[in-house]
Amino acid sequence: MSSATDKKNINLKLQVWRQKDGKSEGLFTTYDAQQVSPDDSFLEMLDGVNEKIIKNGGQPIAFDHDCREGICGSCGFMIDGNAHGPQKGTTVCQLHMRNFKDGQTIVLEPFRAKAFPIIKDLYVDRTAFDRIIEAGGYISSNTGSAPDANAVPIPKPDADEAFLSAACIGCGACVASCKNASAALFTSAKITHLALLPQGKVEREQRALDMVAQMDIEGFGACTTTGACSAACPKEISLINIAKMNREYLRASILKKQEATGGDMA
Amino acid sequence: MSSNYKLDSKIPSGPIESKWTNHKFNIKLVNPANKRKYNVIVVGTGLAGASAAASLGELGYQVKAFCTHESPRRAHSVAAQGGINAAKNYQNDGDSVQRLFYDTIKGGDFRAREANVHRLAEVSVNIIDQAVAQGVPLAREYGGLLANRSFGGAQVSRTFYARGQTGQQLLLGAYSGMMRQVDSGNVQLMNLREMLDLVVVDGKARGIIARNLLTGEIESHEADAVILASGGYSNVFYLSTNAMACSVTANWKAHKRGAFFANPCYTQIHPTCIPVHGVNQSKLTLMSESLRNDGRVWVSKIKGDKRPPAQIPENERDYYLERIYPSFGNLAPRDVSSRQAKFLVDQGHGAMGEQAVYLDFENSIKRLGEDKIAERYGNLFQMYDKITGENPYKQPMRIYPAPHYTMGGLWVDYNLESTVPGLFVAGEANFSDHGANRLGASALMQGLADGYFVLPYTLGNYIANTKLEKVQITHDAFKEAASTVTKNTEKLLSIKGSKTVESFHKRLGLIMWNKCGMSRTREGLTEAISEIKKLRQEFHSEVLVPGASNGINLELEKANRVADFIELGELMCRDALVREESCGGHFREEHQVDGEAKRDDEKFCHAAAWEWKGSAEKEQVRHQEELKFENVKLATRSYK
Repeated sequence: MSSATDKKNINLKLQVWRQKDGKSEGLFTTYDAQQVSPDDSFLEMLDGVNEKIIKNGGQPIAFDHDCREGICGSCGFMIDGNAHGPQKGTTVCQLHMRNFKDGQTIVLEPFRAKAFPIIKDLYVDRTAFDRIIEAGGYISSNTGSAPDANAVPIPKPDADEAFLSAACIGCGACVASCKNASAALFTSAKITHLALLPQGKVEREQRALDMVAQMDIEGFGACTTTGACSAACPKEISLINIAKMNREYLRASILKKQEATGGDMA
Repeated sequence: MSSNYKLDSKIPSGPIESKWTNHKFNIKLVNPANKRKYNVIVVGTGLAGASAAASLGELGYQVKAFCTHESPRRAHSVAAQGGINAAKNYQNDGDSVQRLFYDTIKGGDFRAREANVHRLAEVSVNIIDQAVAQGVPLAREYGGLLANRSFGGAQVSRTFYARGQTGQQLLLGAYSGMMRQVDSGNVQLMNLREMLDLVVVDGKARGIIARNLLTGEIESHEADAVILASGGYSNVFYLSTNAMACSVTANWKAHKRGAFFANPCYTQIHPTCIPVHGVNQSKLTLMSESLRNDGRVWVSKIKGDKRPPAQIPENERDYYLERIYPSFGNLAPRDVSSRQAKFLVDQGHGAMGEQAVYLDFENSIKRLGEDKIAERYGNLFQMYDKITGENPYKQPMRIYPAPHYTMGGLWVDYNLESTVPGLFVAGEANFSDHGANRLGASALMQGLADGYFVLPYTLGNYIANTKLEKVQITHDAFKEAASTVTKNTEKLLSIKGSKTVESFHKRLGLIMWNKCGMSRTREGLTEAISEIKKLRQEFHSEVLVPGASNGINLELEKANRVADFIELGELMCRDALVREESCGGHFREEHQVDGEAKRDDEKFCHAAAWEWKGSAEKEQVRHQEELKFENVKLATRSYK
């Protein structure tokens, strides 16, 4: 075990994408990050750079962030071409500076995708994900109408698998890492999570059709299953989800029931 | 509102077991066809806000849901790790509504309102049903039924969980319910907007002023009722386990418009967080209380012991929670556990001489195997490893208490209505259910209870009983509030001083942590009040906020929030100073017996609710709501 005192601070050069807003042109600007503690998180290192920019009368680098413990999904940008940086299964807020070397130059860019318009600098708009959920990423169960929670046992392997799919934090690293900017991993994780559970079976077909349709409307690209998404995912959501989504979609396309018409429904 | 305003808790009459049932029958209903004529604003989309928005949307109200985030799913409830309590008694270990009620009252050190807590325990069981119906993947046993674990302050296993991300899974459930209502047109999502004022017309809450965080535009929104579900104020300490954007701002603006602020000094310092690593640290990370199911807390018996933990033999280790609290052991409640950690570290027993104690899994790994421990806590162990660079399977975790939750908040009556009619407050933002200390796994329970099962009834009752004239955003009250917001914003930008917003926040945090943290004294609090007054003046003359009011300006957002934290900080210290007793998380060194909190039920068996008097220069007025304990006998709280 080592304490903070016997670790050496490091100096870095940052090349950061600066862009005033969605309409302006952007460019790389170089900043020095000096005397960075290896125990600092990547965002704490950026906080330090920003404090200096502000004191010198400049505009701080904008990036989205909130919980800083890897669960809210707010943070995320490209570090040397990797979504969330070099450490596997880690959001940028949980990436610590001990993973970088003294004197290193680091390139920071926003997540780039047509469906994620840039708001400012490294800050992008991922509300397209909310609209995919809105299209059907739920089980229609009004408050108060639920049966006892133990009324329907769910086999542990199914529950565990559903949990692993549900662990997605909606950060968008999958989209940013995909050469086609596809949202297949995000969408499939939700479709799989709900399709695995007995409660989710009622709306299973419609959900798959609607969510996939919304994904296309938002302008995300097609999936060619290269697996770059899963490799970059901070929650290590498996590529199997995409295979399952494809199956769910095909199945739904065939099985989709026509709504009953005619007769006296009163 | 005059200083002799009488707080009316509106607790229904009758025996405690039937108060809520009778109240639900006695309240007025709004006919289904009329509901769509009413607009409701919900501020905040965490567990309380999202569940309220979803449930009210399902009923047919026209809801506008506001959040400061780009997506409502990012609200800080997402970060809750360990679990949610419910009196299901699935384990057949003696749990019941009565026991959950009792544990929560006792856990809160007899400073919560009995009727609210009983209702919370009653609806706790419905929350789990609701979550499972939504597809929330709670942990299960091999037989397919739900699993439970234990949390602090209870001797039964009543905590439901989804590995270490119970908060995210429950929030995604509530969020998906709300998004379904967005899809059906009953809920309108107002993301990236921050409430900067409450609009009161004819004495009733009729809307809010919000800043559009993307464009900088100051917007007016009218409604028939407003719900605040904007969370707690732990970030007053700067370093806390709260997310960076958590603030008191929405609550504080409502406070300035007449909503009393209750028990601001009741703050929860969580015992198991990763210790501070250095001066640039921006936030602290919690290690879930659930770890204390299998982890043992200890320090070296020798003062100033600098040896690494592996070199400290068993007989030189002090498992102090097991020693002091044999019946609850490592699952002693949070306030008690934190205090003991502080005492021992202050006496020189800190891990390797630092501000930390050990949380050790060696015995459990031997007993259960590394696989079982990984299955239970894998993601927490991984998180610890990432942050500290140390492997907790091989060496004990080092932990220390950190600000985590605030039991204080806006005062509400039994209906969750504040002192401003038509302004309802839910979840951590209100003060009602946890008294002076919250038990683990009870925050998720309360947020969802308020949103799913309380507000849909009590808000309907308000609407059915109240004559609500149509108001337009052209009304003078909206114009006045919007112009106040604009003026305040321009003023912050025009100071152009030399000190950053962050530097003020850090200084405020240090004052609060040192003098209004785990341990408080008359002298320290008095000093803190005068230091904060000076800090406030310095802030408003020397702060540097770059940029302009139009467009996205993250520093301006922070400056607004820090200005409010500074004012709140002063009130917290005043509240702590006046409360001449120790209870739960509020520990006054002058009032203790053998290191345990010593309550003064003669003088302080009440909630204190503060009334804003028009300016930060004027002292706020303290009101009291007497607390009556008719079902749980007032007793010294003991976990020994």
